[in-house]
Amino acid sequence: MSIVILLSLAVMALALCLAFVRLFRGPSLPDRVVALELFSSILVGFIGVIAIATDVPSLLDVSIVMALMAFMATIGFARFLERGGQRDD
Amino acid sequence: MIEWLKGGLILAGTFFMFVAALGVLRLPDLLTRMHATTKAATLGAALIMLAVALHFAQAVVVARAFGVIIFIMITAPVAAHVIGRAGYFVGAQLWSGTVKDELKPNYNPDTHQLESRLAPGDDDPTGSPRHRDSG
Repeated sequence: MSIVILLSLAVMALALCLAFVRLFRGPSLPDRVVALELFSSILVGFIGVIAIATDVPSLLDVSIVMALMAFMATIGFARFLERGGQRDD
Repeated sequence: MIEWLKGGLILAGTFFMFVAALGVLRLPDLLTRMHATTKAATLGAALIMLAVALHFAQAVVVARAFGVIIFIMITAPVAAHVIGRAGYFVGAQLWSGTVKDELKPNYNPDTHQLESRLAPGDDDPTGSPRHRDSG
């Protein structure tokens, strides 16, 4: 079981790195917002795997808050863009 | 048995998350990138939360894990819709291989509303009414 957890943590860290490349390079602001949303989804899975590894069920609350904040951030960025943010950054 | 199921769920969720990250890096376009992240990352998080529910097997934790799954499955389409709409209105470049953009001749970029503007030579033989102001 521990090797599965190690493997999944490593692959998810790699996925976070790939999403960070898109966050860094993204040609426009919506691309960066999509990368941030992917970040939070991967972090929800990350926290779930860590909850399994450490046997601490309270960590699920952290993942709930993570998902909620990502949703709020996406809605906020979208409102900002539609109300006239930067067109091409 | 439960251990194998748990390991399989964790690995499948990890795989889908990795596919989502690969998609957001490799795909050419804002809309195709959203196509990768919203579906694959949601499925990956849901699979890992199922593994968490199997691991703890207490009513409180299972309820919370399913709460996370339902919350993600409700909010991911809404967030994708909102950010896709904002990206379209801001003017994100579509991929050069895009075949069709049916919204482009039919909406007013100033008011963000749909309009029935027929292109020249594109008269409608059936005379079916198009929707106005349904944006």
